[in-house]
Amino acid sequence: MHDETKREPLRPVRVQLRASAPEKIGDVSRALSLWERLSTNSLALRIFILTLIAVAWQVYASIVDNALLFPTFTDVLDSLWRETRNGVLPDRALTSMRLLLTGYVIGIVCAALLSTVAVTTRLGSALLSTLTAMFNPLPAIALLPLALLWFGLGMPSIVFVLVHAVLWPLALNTHSGFLSVSETLRMTGQNCGLRGIRYVIKLLIPAAFPSILTGCKIAWAFAWRTLIAAELVFGISARAGGIGWFIFERRNQLETADVFAGLFVIILIGLLVESLIFRTLEHVTVRRWGMQR
Amino acid sequence: MAPMRPLLEVEHVTLQYKTPQHLVTATYKVDFQVNRGDRFVLLGPSGCGKSTLLKAVAGFMKPASGTIRLDGRAIERPSPDRMMVFQEFDQLLPWKTVLQNVMFPLTESGTLRRRAARERALRSLEMVHLSGFTHVYPHMLSGGMKQRVAIARALAMEPSMLLMDEPFAALDALTRRTLQDELLHLWDAVKFTVLFVTHSIEEAIRIGNRILLLSPHPGQVRAELRSEGWSRNGDHAESFLALERQIHAMLFTDQVEDTARGTPHA
Repeated sequence: MHDETKREPLRPVRVQLRASAPEKIGDVSRALSLWERLSTNSLALRIFILTLIAVAWQVYASIVDNALLFPTFTDVLDSLWRETRNGVLPDRALTSMRLLLTGYVIGIVCAALLSTVAVTTRLGSALLSTLTAMFNPLPAIALLPLALLWFGLGMPSIVFVLVHAVLWPLALNTHSGFLSVSETLRMTGQNCGLRGIRYVIKLLIPAAFPSILTGCKIAWAFAWRTLIAAELVFGISARAGGIGWFIFERRNQLETADVFAGLFVIILIGLLVESLIFRTLEHVTVRRWGMQR
Repeated sequence: MAPMRPLLEVEHVTLQYKTPQHLVTATYKVDFQVNRGDRFVLLGPSGCGKSTLLKAVAGFMKPASGTIRLDGRAIERPSPDRMMVFQEFDQLLPWKTVLQNVMFPLTESGTLRRRAARERALRSLEMVHLSGFTHVYPHMLSGGMKQRVAIARALAMEPSMLLMDEPFAALDALTRRTLQDELLHLWDAVKFTVLFVTHSIEEAIRIGNRILLLSPHPGQVRAELRSEGWSRNGDHAESFLALERQIHAMLFTDQVEDTARGTPHA
C-alpha cells in the first residue's frame, strides 16, 4: 500500500487543449428537407390517409352506381353543402349541441358534488363506489324507456339520460384521481392550513386534474353517443329535432346522401371538440404543468 | 441568563400507527426538548420512528400517550407555524410556478395579502439563489432546485419551527453537500429553529448543534449529543471522523456507556 503522506499531488494524465474544429465534424445541425419533415408530421400523414379513403370511396361508389345504397363521395359533399347552406344542418346541430351541453354541465356539477362528498366522508366513498359499480356498466340509453315514462317525450327525458351518461364515468375518474394524489402533496396542503372544501378545491382538484380531464373526455364521448342514439328513437318535437333525428328522417325519405352528410357532421363536431377544446385545455393545464406528456 | 422555556417539549411520547395487519409501535416513551435557534437532529437507522416523530410534531398524527407541546400549547393539527420540508420532490404543487408555490402557504393561511406575500416570496427565493426561476414550473427544475424551493416556501412563512424530513436524501452527493452548506448559511442569516431528520451520521454532525440518537423497533432515545462546532470545521477532519465513529458505535453496539464516557475531543 502507498504511504498517504508521500503521495504526489494530483496531476491529469491526459489534457486536451483544443477540441476538433467544428468544420471538421461536419454538420452539427442542419435543417430537415421538406420531405423529411412531411414524413414525420402526423397531420400530413392524416391528410394523406383521408385523401386515400375519399378516392377509394369515390371509385367504388362509381362502380356500384347505386345512389340509394351507396352514394358517391362527391354526392355526399354536395348534399352536405346544400343542407348547410339552406340552414337545416346547422340548425339541427345547434339543437343537439344545446341539449348536449345542458346534460353535460348538469352531469359535471353532480359528479363534482358526489366525488367531493366521497373524498371527505367514508360513507360518501362507499356510496360512490357502490353507485358507480352499479351504473357505470349500464348504457345510459337503456334508461330512455323509463325516462320517457317519467318525463314524457321531450327535452327532460334526453337530459336525464345524458346526465346519467356523464355522471358515472366522470365521478369514477375524479374519485380515482383524488385517491392517487400523493401523500406528500396531501400533507403539504394540510401543512399550508387547507381544510374541508378549500382543501378539495385548492389541492385535490388541481392535483387530480389529469384524471378529471380524462373523465371529461370519456364523459363527452358517452354523452354524444347517447344523444344521437336517443334522437334516433324520437325527435324532441317534430320541428326542432337534432342531428340524430335528421339522419332518421332522411333515411325514411331514402335520401341516403343526406344520411351520410348527417354522419359527417357528427364526426366533424366530435373532431372539433376533441382537437380544439380538449387539446387546448390540455396544453394550458396538464402539459404546461408537466403532469402529462 | 434566565432559563428560557424550551420551544418544543416532547414528553414520554409513544406513537403507534396501523397497517392493515398490524398495530405498529413506532416510538416508545421518547423525551426531548428543542430550544429556540437549535438545529436539532433526530438520527437513527430506518425503523427508529424518526420520521413518524416528525409527523407527530407537524400534527399529522396524535401520540398514543405522552404530550408534544410547542410554546407550551399541545399540538393538535397541522399548521403553517410548523412548515415541513419533505424528502420527495413532488411536495411542490406542479400547477403553480416557483413563485406561486412559495406564495401559496402565505396566502392560503391568511398570513399575508397577495402583494405582501409576493414580496416576501421573492425575498425568500433570493435567499436560496433562485431569483431567476420565479416563473418556471416545478417540473422544469432539477431535484436540488426543487428542494431549494421547498425550503424557501417553508422559510417564507417564518414558522416557529422548520421541520425537515430527510430533505437531501434523494439528491446526488455533490448537490447534497451544497444544500447542507446553504442551509447552514441560511441559519446564520435567519437563525430559525429546525428539527431535522436524517439517517446519515455525517449529515447529522454537519447540520446539527444537538443530535438525538434513536434505536429502532420501537424507537427509543439512545443518547443525546452536543455537536456544536463540528459542523463547518474542515480542518478538524480527524476529530470529525472520530465523532462519526463514536456515534456509529453508539447506534450499532451496546457500549453506549463506554463510548459516552470518553471525551468527544479525543
